[in-house]
Amino acid sequence: MQTTIRQRFENIDYLDIALWVLRIVIIVAVLWGTVATILDNPYSTEQWLDFLIFGLAQGSLYALIALGYTLVYGVLLMINFAHGEFFMAGIFTATVFVAIPLDASGFTDRHPIWALLVIAVVAIATSMGIAVLTERVAYRPLRRAPRLVPLITAIGASFFWQYFFRGLYGSGITAFPDVALLKGSWTILGLEILKSQVVVIVASVLMLIGLYIFVMRTRMGKAMRAVSEDKDVAALMGIDVDRVIMITFAVGAAMAGAAGVLYALMYRQVHFFMGFFPGLKAFTAAVLGGIGSVPGAALGGLLLGLFESVGPCLFLEGLGITSPYQLKDVIAFTMLVLVLLVRPQGIMGERLAEKKA
Amino acid sequence: MTMETETRFNWGEIVRLGLLAAVIALSLNLIGLVGTFAGRDIIGGMVSVGHVFLFGAALGCGYIAAQRFSGGGAGNTLLGGLVIGLLSSLPLVVLVLIAEPLNLRQFMPYVSPALLEMLTFGQGQALGSLILIVVASVLGLIGAGIPLLPSRVRQPLIWGLAAVFLIGLLAEVIILAWGNQGLGLAIRRFVFAARGLSILGASLVFLIVVGLSAWWNSRGEGIKARVNALPPERQRNLRWGGIGLGILLLLFLPMFLRTYLTEVIDNVGLFILMGLGLNIVVGFAGMLNLGYVAFFAIGAYTMALLTPSEYGVAGLSFWTALPFSVLAAVLMGLILVIPVLKMRGDYLAIVTLGFGEIIRILVLSDFLAPWIGGAQGILKIPNVSVAGMELVKPEHLYYVILAGCLLALFVSWRLRDARLGRQWRALREDEDVAEAMGINLVKTKLLAFAIGAAFAGMSGAIFASKLGSIFPHSFNLMVSINVLCLIIVGGIGSLPGVVVGALFLVGLPELLREFAEYRMLMYGALLIVMMVARPEGLWPSEVMKRELRAGSEEPLPAGFVVSSAER
Amino acid sequence: MAILTSKQVTKNFGGLTAVNSFDFDVPEGSIVSLIGPNGAGKTTFFNCITGFYGFDEGQIFFNNHLLNGRSPDRVARLGITRTYQNIRLFTNMSAIENILVGMEPQLKRGWIGAIIGSKAMREEEAHAVEEANRLLRFVGLAGQGDLLAKNLPYGDQRRLEIARALAGKPSLLLLDEPTAGMNPREAVEMVKFIRNLRDELEITILLIEHNMRVAMSISERLTVIDFGSKIAEGTPEEIQRNPRVIEAYLGRGAATGLATNDSDPKGL
Repeated sequence: MQTTIRQRFENIDYLDIALWVLRIVIIVAVLWGTVATILDNPYSTEQWLDFLIFGLAQGSLYALIALGYTLVYGVLLMINFAHGEFFMAGIFTATVFVAIPLDASGFTDRHPIWALLVIAVVAIATSMGIAVLTERVAYRPLRRAPRLVPLITAIGASFFWQYFFRGLYGSGITAFPDVALLKGSWTILGLEILKSQVVVIVASVLMLIGLYIFVMRTRMGKAMRAVSEDKDVAALMGIDVDRVIMITFAVGAAMAGAAGVLYALMYRQVHFFMGFFPGLKAFTAAVLGGIGSVPGAALGGLLLGLFESVGPCLFLEGLGITSPYQLKDVIAFTMLVLVLLVRPQGIMGERLAEKKA
Repeated sequence: MTMETETRFNWGEIVRLGLLAAVIALSLNLIGLVGTFAGRDIIGGMVSVGHVFLFGAALGCGYIAAQRFSGGGAGNTLLGGLVIGLLSSLPLVVLVLIAEPLNLRQFMPYVSPALLEMLTFGQGQALGSLILIVVASVLGLIGAGIPLLPSRVRQPLIWGLAAVFLIGLLAEVIILAWGNQGLGLAIRRFVFAARGLSILGASLVFLIVVGLSAWWNSRGEGIKARVNALPPERQRNLRWGGIGLGILLLLFLPMFLRTYLTEVIDNVGLFILMGLGLNIVVGFAGMLNLGYVAFFAIGAYTMALLTPSEYGVAGLSFWTALPFSVLAAVLMGLILVIPVLKMRGDYLAIVTLGFGEIIRILVLSDFLAPWIGGAQGILKIPNVSVAGMELVKPEHLYYVILAGCLLALFVSWRLRDARLGRQWRALREDEDVAEAMGINLVKTKLLAFAIGAAFAGMSGAIFASKLGSIFPHSFNLMVSINVLCLIIVGGIGSLPGVVVGALFLVGLPELLREFAEYRMLMYGALLIVMMVARPEGLWPSEVMKRELRAGSEEPLPAGFVVSSAER
Repeated sequence: MAILTSKQVTKNFGGLTAVNSFDFDVPEGSIVSLIGPNGAGKTTFFNCITGFYGFDEGQIFFNNHLLNGRSPDRVARLGITRTYQNIRLFTNMSAIENILVGMEPQLKRGWIGAIIGSKAMREEEAHAVEEANRLLRFVGLAGQGDLLAKNLPYGDQRRLEIARALAGKPSLLLLDEPTAGMNPREAVEMVKFIRNLRDELEITILLIEHNMRVAMSISERLTVIDFGSKIAEGTPEEIQRNPRVIEAYLGRGAATGLATNDSDPKGL
């Protein structure tokens, strides 16, 4: 038995030790920062609540975008790197061709609800169109290629669309016109919350629920789940796999298009690069929640939004880091690494991440 | 439009190709490629690169149609090409007609009066539109006609056109390199116009290249066969002779190229160095690293901090600081890669991208600004000096960069053909099996990342000394994408491919200022096109070719274990 | 003496127990088969031996070395190599390169030697290539070394995979369904080939076999596994008579059970 223990030590992987050290260091740093911040308490309760609400709004946007990653990953096992661009394409087009002319003509002031509806329809339709086109031209021919090939194509598609729309509508930041209806704030439970943020959160939650019902209840949703289990078997069962994949892209892009409208309401500006980082963050959110799972994407998005908005002040300020808000992207990416290290299947991932032999 | 449906020729496909051509042509106009490149003449005053973008879709789709339906008969094929050309011009005509009434320019800045002028050939809406339709239709027809030609006519023709395009495109650069004396000037005036080639020059180039290509078509096989018939000893000598000649040419290159072009070549060289590094990680070991720029940044910042610059802490010389810069990049590579070692390929890509961004954000942040300058960057990094002499001019730095590139090429070449290269290939093919065969995954992956990081670190260090100052924005994601794109276009895993890719994707845009706006657009499009149409790249690596020389039988060495299994 | 000993090995996937308290011995120099219906846990057990899966309980010893928690490459270096049920060659590498990769446990020279081109490195490589060519001939692939693995016919791929496993000079060779996808005649040849391996290279062979006929004809001992547990063990004759085995196969109507009559019984 003595030898067994010695041999067990011999068999330990040094990489595992290194990874454990890394996990512990990050956790200790986060705890240290949090405790130090709380003891110091530089912010008032109201400020913390503001951070929270902002984080929720931001997080619900991430959740909507993350759905696209999760759905596509579910059926194709592919990271659709260009998904952030679908998000950008819709609202950028809708802003240039609909929102600005409608605002200039005074229509938005007279019929704000109708105006928003038209903007949303155009944005969603454009996002879906771009997604379907990308899938048809760039992804479909590569269905059976090695995994890195479609990923590289997707990276190409991402930059292609960014600079395509930059060429089309110009490289500057375009202001999204104010909607008078959504200016100012409401007081809810004694909290003063910006109207736009309330709209973003409520609309996102409704859409998330709608999508969940779509995936779980409808025929098409069932077909999607069948395809994500096994494409070949699904095809044998008479499911048109190409069509299901196309619709999956379209549905994901529709969510992204809607998220684009909400983004514009919240930040009141659009530009060609606006899709890239939200896209990456949303991917992080999808991984965090468990890629392939719809509720996971929602949960991951909200959590990431909260961490990003509360995190810099909570974790970093206590460590004596100046202007911590500059480092909020560092928090998001560190979370991605941490999730993949600690629980690669994500919070709600069902399948074990064991490799197949 | 009514079509005869009796023919076997598939008119539905023709219409679809025509619509595709129309969408491409319209897009190229709307995003400004046509307008921006209108000033870059290929044949002075006649044909510009803008025209190529304008009509390329008609020509190309006509060509594709003729290739795809080669059985339809010549008349139908040509008619199909004509229809495609016609269809491709229709949305442009619509654009010409509605642009001003709808004031499209307020939505899309590139729909400018200059573009409309170009689309109508300066002839007004009615006549101009007609010309546009006719030219596009004729070009569609020509495109469809090319595949109908026998290959011994077609190939020289295509080479001739390509040569005219390339020389016309680079006219400005060639003139710059040519110099201004005596006979040279006379020839130059003869061949080149104020912008692009002169008509005479274009014809001359075309005829010469067509002639050469036709000659090679008839004789080339014979020459190759004669070289192959030489004894192996002589063949090897020939190859080494070729390599020696190439190196000699490289040594004297700056003398031909002068300062401006050498500057461009220097930049290309830095990218070749980075490309070779990423090639090891992506091409050899099959791990997609999108945060590669981080190592370039570490190399540059280490150089800046170790030399007597604004934030310098050590005051070393370039040559002493260089190994430390490389080492710092390697260490960073090792630290960053440990958490991602167990991740699958696609996750690894995103996580490394995240790391690249983390490094950039940290460098940019106020938090680290007191030590590394934050957004203001680091100034006053000393030049490279050799024996007390400062290397300021690009011609001098060229040799430092060349040495770095040759070293990296040599190391890559040796490792590719060695045990480590084989381990990387096995890893790329099937990680699990490679491990079950006794390959230590951790060590193999770490080595790939470390060596890749070393090249990038070296590139970064030279970059810092070359510019004399560094700023965080030089180290953004675009650099990583740029390097990735050049190794993919050149051919994943191929060493000459890295050089070819860098010349095309870094050299060309630096020479043609119009490219600046559209660099990333083209990279994106190239990544898609290469992956869909030619995943092995422009200059594929040996692995792809190996298939051809199979079946080399050797005499049987005596005394092997088992004889009964011989079948 | 047992070269491989498994004591109470258990492997769970979530709620599913793929291998359940598995006790198992492989005598040195023998040919032992692991048989059982689909999904019985045979391949999972292989993966536990080679270190691809960590298992939850129990121990596996190989020549007095504990294998628990040992990474696959270090298991290979101890002298256990394997093939796969669905051939897993490095498809875009040439046949000879595949074998050279299999030779990894023998190779010592590092990468610095490769860069400076040291004599020791060149000698090792030359020796390895020579050895690889011998192995190619041994499995009947002489002269095919430069072909990409994916372009070889199916049977040749099987043999190349075995050559790759042999290249590591294993003392225990694990074969996962070596006759899968073969017609009866090819299967007969494979059986002869495997016997030869053992007789002339003096290695121990543990194989998973789905085809009962093949398993019975080749093995000295068989172990039957079902639902992750051992249900029988013994010589071919003992196994054929064991009621639990017959039930496991016929009771569930497995297609490839004892009742297969697609091959010529005299050939085996």
